[in-house]
Amino acid sequence: MTAVAAHDHHDDHHHAPHGLKRWLFSTNHKDIGTLYLWFSFAMFMVGGLMALVIRAELMYPGMQVVDPEFFNQMTTVHGLIMVFGAVMPATVGLANWMIPLMIGAPDMALPRMNNWSFWILPFAFTILIGSVLMSAFAEGNPSAPNFGWTFYAPLSTTYGPASTDLFILSVHMMGISSIMGAINVIVTVLNMRAPGMTLMKMPLFVWTWLITAFLLVAVMPVLAGAVTMMLTDRHFGTSFFDAAGGGDPVLFQHIFWFFGHPEVYIMILPSFGIVSAIIPTFARKPLFGYASMVYATASIALLSFVVWAHHMFTVGMPLAGMLFFMYMTMLISVPTGVKVFNWVATMWRGSITFELPMKWALAFVILFTCGGLSGLMLAITPADFQYHDTYFVVAHFHYVLVSGAIFSIFAAAYYWLPKWSGVMPNTFLGELHFWNSLLSVNLLFFPMHFVGLAGMPRRYADYALQFADYNWWISIGAFWFGISQLIFVAVCVLCAMKKGEKAPASPWEGAEGLEWTVPSPAPFHTFDTPPVVK
Amino acid sequence: MAEKMTKYYVPDSSPWPLSASIGLFLIAIGGANFIQQSTEFGQNTLRNTGTWGQYPLILGALWLIAVLFFWWRDTIRESVNGLHSDQLGGSYRQGMIWFIFSEVMFFGALFGALFYTRWLIIPWLGGEGSNAMTHEILWPDFQAIWPLTTAPDGRTTQVMGAWGLPAINTAILIVSSITLTIAHHALVAGERGKLILFQGLTIVLGLIFLSLQALEYVHAYDMGLTLDAGMYGSLFFFLTGFHGIHVTLGTIMLIVMFFRILKGHFSKENHFAYEATAWYWHFVDIVWLFLFVVVYWL
Amino acid sequence: MQSTLFRRVVSALSLLLVSGAGVASDWADRSNLNLRPGVTEISQDVFGLHMTILWVVTVIGLLVFGLIMYSAVAHRRSKNPNPSQFHEHVGLEVFWTVVPFFILIAMAFPATRVLISMDDTSDAELTIKVTGYRWNWSYEYLAWKDDNDIGVFFFSNLKTPPEQYERPILSGGLFPHGTAQQRVDAERPAKDADYMLAVDRPLVIPAGIKVRFLITADDVIHSWFMPDFAIKKDAIPGFINEVWTVVPEDATGVYYGQCAELCGRNHAFMPIEVHVVPQDEFETWIAEEKEKAASGPDLTPFASLDVAMQLGQEKYAAACALCHGANGQGGIGLPFAGTDFMKNPERLQDNIDVLIKGRNAMPAFAAQLTPREIAAVITYQRNAFGNETGDLVQPADVAK
Ligand code: HEA
Ligand code: HEA
Ligand code: HEC
Ligand code: CUA
Ligand SMILES: [Cu+2]
Repeated sequence: MTAVAAHDHHDDHHHAPHGLKRWLFSTNHKDIGTLYLWFSFAMFMVGGLMALVIRAELMYPGMQVVDPEFFNQMTTVHGLIMVFGAVMPATVGLANWMIPLMIGAPDMALPRMNNWSFWILPFAFTILIGSVLMSAFAEGNPSAPNFGWTFYAPLSTTYGPASTDLFILSVHMMGISSIMGAINVIVTVLNMRAPGMTLMKMPLFVWTWLITAFLLVAVMPVLAGAVTMMLTDRHFGTSFFDAAGGGDPVLFQHIFWFFGHPEVYIMILPSFGIVSAIIPTFARKPLFGYASMVYATASIALLSFVVWAHHMFTVGMPLAGMLFFMYMTMLISVPTGVKVFNWVATMWRGSITFELPMKWALAFVILFTCGGLSGLMLAITPADFQYHDTYFVVAHFHYVLVSGAIFSIFAAAYYWLPKWSGVMPNTFLGELHFWNSLLSVNLLFFPMHFVGLAGMPRRYADYALQFADYNWWISIGAFWFGISQLIFVAVCVLCAMKKGEKAPASPWEGAEGLEWTVPSPAPFHTFDTPPVVK
Repeated sequence: MAEKMTKYYVPDSSPWPLSASIGLFLIAIGGANFIQQSTEFGQNTLRNTGTWGQYPLILGALWLIAVLFFWWRDTIRESVNGLHSDQLGGSYRQGMIWFIFSEVMFFGALFGALFYTRWLIIPWLGGEGSNAMTHEILWPDFQAIWPLTTAPDGRTTQVMGAWGLPAINTAILIVSSITLTIAHHALVAGERGKLILFQGLTIVLGLIFLSLQALEYVHAYDMGLTLDAGMYGSLFFFLTGFHGIHVTLGTIMLIVMFFRILKGHFSKENHFAYEATAWYWHFVDIVWLFLFVVVYWL
Repeated sequence: MQSTLFRRVVSALSLLLVSGAGVASDWADRSNLNLRPGVTEISQDVFGLHMTILWVVTVIGLLVFGLIMYSAVAHRRSKNPNPSQFHEHVGLEVFWTVVPFFILIAMAFPATRVLISMDDTSDAELTIKVTGYRWNWSYEYLAWKDDNDIGVFFFSNLKTPPEQYERPILSGGLFPHGTAQQRVDAERPAKDADYMLAVDRPLVIPAGIKVRFLITADDVIHSWFMPDFAIKKDAIPGFINEVWTVVPEDATGVYYGQCAELCGRNHAFMPIEVHVVPQDEFETWIAEEKEKAASGPDLTPFASLDVAMQLGQEKYAAACALCHGANGQGGIGLPFAGTDFMKNPERLQDNIDVLIKGRNAMPAFAAQLTPREIAAVITYQRNAFGNETGDLVQPADVAK
C-alpha cells in the first residue's frame, strides 16, 4: 500500500507543487534557496534599521534618540542579525540554488533536512527580534540582549537580562540549522557530483562552500558548548566563567573566538567563490591559478583555527601566546593575497566588460582588500593595544563584511538573477544601486578609521567632542547607504514579478559552467539524469 | 521488497521539517521561561519572570518526538519499499559521519575547557606566570591543586576516585562495544538469533551503565561534589553529564534498532540505520575512554 | 540646515586636502585623523610601528588597486577584443606567495621588539591598583618607593553633569512610558570642552618614574584605556593584569582615557583622567592624602542645610545621576521625585541603609563616599526634586 502511494507521489515530481504548501513543505533546493535568500534580505533590512538607530544616536554628541541601554541592545542585535540572519543565510541560499546546478545534481543530498535547516531560522529570529520588540514596546521596557554580539561573560551571565535565556536557546537553534545545512552541503558535494565532475573540476564556488561547510560543522558545536556553559553558569551554579569558583571570564572568550574567528571566514569564503566565478566570465578568460585558489582557501580555513586569540590581545595573555597568535594571524595574509593576485591576473590581458555583476565584483576586490589590510594592522599586537575596541576595528570589519561579503552577495544576485527569475535585472536601477552604494559605503565606513585611531571606543552611546565631526559624516553615509538599498528591493521585486527583458539560458557571454546549460528560469527539477562532464 | 531505485530519490514535499521547527521553537521559549522560574537568578538581573514555561516546554518536546517519529516512519517506509538508491545510502552514511564529527567538536570544546582550567586558570590563580598579584591580592589563601577540592572563594568538595564505579563503567562500555560489533557481524552474516542476542546484551549493558552513572551522581551529591562546588564540580558534571545524555540517546537508538530487527527491517545490504547507531555507540565509547583518563584518573 | 551642511562639506573637504598635502610635517598633531603618538617612549614606539605598517599596507594597497585599474582600463573589451587565455604561471604564483611572506617577516621584527619591551613590569617605584566597577573606577595606592602602607583609596566618577548629555527623545525603549515629553522640553546646556572625559577625582602620578598599574574589576570586564601611554588592558574580575608606564619629566599635564570594554548601560560614561605631576609635587600630594586617610572620616556637622545641599548636589551629579537621572526621575534606578521613600520621615533610616549597604542592582556606597558625602547626598535627595522635606542628615547619623 505504501509502496503505491510513494510511487504516485514520485510521479508528480514533474510539476511543481502549488500554493503555500510549495514553500512550507518544500524539498526542492531551488525553492529552499529562494526562501533563504528572501529571509536573509529581510533580516538585512531589520539589522540595517537597527544600524540606523545606532547612527542616528551617534550623529551628534549627547544622548539624542534612545537610552544608552537601548543603544546597547541595538548594537548587539544589529551584529547578531547581520551575522547570523543576513550574511550566513544569504550564502546558504546561494549554495542551495547553485551547488546542485553547478555539479549536475538533481537536488541537495538530504532535501527534507534541507528544509528543516531553513525553517528553524525564522523561529530562532522571531525569538531574538521578539525580545527587542518587548524592549521597545512593552511596559517597563524589559531588556533585550545588550552585551554585544560577542556576549562576553560575566556581562551576559551574572549580569545578563532575563531575555538572555531566550537568546541562548535561539543561538542553539541557529547552530542546529547551520550544522544541518553544512552537512547537507558537504554530502551533496562529495556524493552527488555528475559523472566526470572530479573535485578539481568543480567551480570554485563549490570548493569554497565545501570548505566553509567544513568550518561550520567544526565550530558551531563549539559555540553551542559556550552558550550551554553560560546557561548553567546563570542557573545551575557552575563556575566556568567565575574566578571565585576556579573559572575564568577569559575562558569564555577563548571558546567564543575559537568559534568566532572561523565564523568570519565562514562569511567571506563563499564570497571568494562568487568573485572567482564572475571575474573570469567578464574578463572572458579562464580563472588564473585554479589549483592555487583551492589550496589557498584550504590554508585560510586551516589557519583560521589557530588565530582566534587576536581578538583578545588585551586580556593579559602570556607573552608567548600573544606572539604566537600575532604570527599566525599575519600568515593568513599570504593565502588571501594569493587569491587577490590571482583575480588580478585573471583580469590581466582579458577582454573585460563591466556589466553589473562585474562592477560589484571589482568593488569587492578593492574594498575587501582595504579591509584585509586594516586587518593586518590589527594583527600587530602592540599596535592592536591602541586599535582594539575602537572604531578602527569597526571600520575593519565593515569593510570586509559590508563592502566584502554583502557586496559579493549583490554581485551574485545580479549574476544569477536571470537564472533564478528568467528576466534580466533592471540595468538602470542596478546602476543606480551600485554607484550609490559604492560612494555611500565609503563615506559611511572610511571615516571610522579616523575616529577609531583618534581613540573613540566602540559600543559607545555617547562620545567626547573631538569625535563629533566625523561621526556626523558617518551617519550621513549610513542613511545614504540605507536608502540606496531600497533600490535593490525594487530590482528584486521586478525580477520576481518577471518584469524585464527575458533572459536566455546563458545571458553572459563569457560564462561557463553547468548552471548555464539549463533554461532560464531554471526548471523546477534539473539534472534528473546527471549530465556527463568531460 | 521492491526493486532498488537507480535514480537519486528526492522525497516529495513533507510537513515534518516545518513541524519539527515549531517543536524546537516551543522548547526554546518554554525552556527559557521554565529555567527562570525553577532556579535562582544571578545577582543584578531583572527578577525572575517565568510562570508558564513548563507548558510549551512539555508540549514542544512531545511534539518534536512525534514529528521525528513520523518523519523517520516515512524514511523507513521509503527504504523498505526500495526507493533508496545506493547513492542515497552513501549520503546517509556521510551525513552521519559528519554529524558525529560535529559531536566530537562539541566534546572538544568541553575537554578544551578542562585543559585550560587545569593547565592555566588554576596555576594562575595560584600566582604562576605573571599572576603573582592575582594570588597575593585577590586570592591569598588559594592553593593551586587539581582536582580543585577548595575553590578560590573557599568552597570545598571531594574528589571522585577512578577505581570504583567509573572503572567498572569503563569495562561495561568496552564490553558493550564488543557485543555490538558481534551483533553487527551477525547481521551481515545473516545469523538472526545471534544478532538478537547480542543486540539485547548491548542494550542491557547500556542500561547498566546508565544506572551506575545515576548511582555515582547520588554518591557525588552525598559527598558534596555538586554542580555548584566550583570548577571541579562544573567540569565533572558537564563532561560526564553530556556523555550520559549521549549514552541515553545511544541506548534509545539501540532499542529502536532492536525492534526494527524483530520486524525484519534490515538486510545484509540495507541496514544504514543500524550501522549509524553502531557508529554512534562506538563514538560515545571513545569519548568515555578519554573522559575516564582525564576526568577521573589523572 | 542647508548652510550647516554646506559648511561641513567645505570644511571636511579642505581638511582632507590639507591632510593629504602636509602629511610629513604635522601628521602627528592632528589627533582626530590619526593615532595619537602619545607621550611615553612606549607609546611613541607604538606610533612608529603604526606608521610603518600603515605605509606598508598603503603601498601594497595602491599597488594592487593600480594593477586592477590599469587592467580595467587597458584590457577592456574595446581595447583588447581578443582575450589571451593564459591561466597558470608557477613562477608568478611562487613570487606573490614568497614576497608577502618576507614583507610580513620584516614587519614582525619591530612588532616583537615593542611587545617584549611592553611586557616587563619589574622595578616599578609606584604601584597603583585600578579597579573597574559599573560604572566608575577606583584607585588604590599600594606602594610608593619603600612605603607599602599608604592607604590612599578613592573612586573616580564622570564629572560631566547629566544636563549636558541626558535627553534622549525616546528614552527607555523606542516608545517610552511617561518621561519623553519632559525630556524633549528640557533645555540642554552647552557642553564643556572636556565633555565625557573629565572626572571628579583624577588619578595622580609622578612624572619620570616607573608606575605599575594592577588592573582588575569588581563586577564585569572593563578595560583601562589610556591612548597617550599606549595602555589598554582589560580589567577582569578575579584576576589582576599588570601594565606600566613612565611619563617623561617634561610631559606633566592632564591625560584622558576611556573604558574600552562593553560593561553595560553606562559603558561610555566612565572615563579616566590622569594628572601627571612633577615628583616633588607628587610627594607632597601623597603625604597629604595619606594623612587624610589616616585621620578617619570627617564628622564635623554641616553648618546649614545650604552647605549640605551644595555638597550633596555635586556628589549626586557624579555618583547617582547616571542611574537615577539628573532630576531624580529614575532610569536604571528608582525615581526619587515625590516618592514616599523620600518624603516619609520614617523611611529616613532605610534611605541611609540603602546607600551604605546597597540593594540588588543598587551598589553599596560605604566605600565610595565618605559619611559626610553620604549625609549630604541624602539631604540633597530629600530636599531637591520638589521633595522639600527639610531633613538635614549629619555625618554622624551616617557613621553610626
Ligand atoms: C568577513 C569577515 C572578516 C575577514 C575576512 C577578516 C579578515 C581578517 N581580520 Fe578581521 N574581524 C572581523 C571580520 C573579518 N576579518 C570581525 C567581524 C571582527 C570584529 C569582531 C568583534 O570584535 O566584534 C574582526 C576583528 C579582527 C581583529 C581583532 C581586532 C580587535 O578587536 O582588536 C583582528 C586582529 O588581528 C583581525 C585581523 C584580520 C586579519 C589579519 C584578516 C585577514 O584575513 C585579512 C587578509 C587580507 C589581506 C591582508 C588583504 C589582501 C592581501 C594582499 C593584497 C596580499 C599582500 C599583503 C600583505 C603581505 C600585507 N580582525
Ligand atoms: C555582515 C554584517 C554587518 C553588516 C551588513 C553591517 C551593516 C552596517 N553596520 Fe554594522 N556591525 C556588525 C556587522 C554588520 N554591520 C557587527 C558584527 C557589529 C558589532 C556589534 C557589536 O559590537 O557587538 C556591528 C556594529 C556596528 C556599529 C558599531 C556599534 C557600536 O559599536 O556601538 C555601527 C555604527 O555605526 C554599525 C553600522 C552599520 C551600518 C550603518 C550598516 C549598513 O551597512 C546597514 C545598511 C542597511 C540598511 C540601512 C537597511 C536597508 C534600508 C532600509 C530598511 C530602508 C530604510 C532606510 C532609510 C529610511 C534610510 N555597525
Ligand atoms: C548602578 C546604578 C546606580 C547608582 C550609581 C546608584 N543607584 Fe540607587 N538604585 C539603583 C537601583 C537599581 C535601585 C533599585 C534597587 C532595588 O531593586 O531594590 C536603587 C535604589 C535606590 C534607593 C531606594 C529607592 C526606593 O524608593 O526604594 C535609593 C535611596 C538610592 N538608590 C539612592 C542612590 C544614591 C543616593 C546614589 C548615589 C550616591 C545612588 N542611588 C546611585 C541603582 C543605582
Ligand atoms: Cu566599563 Cu566599559
Ligand atoms: Cu578574527
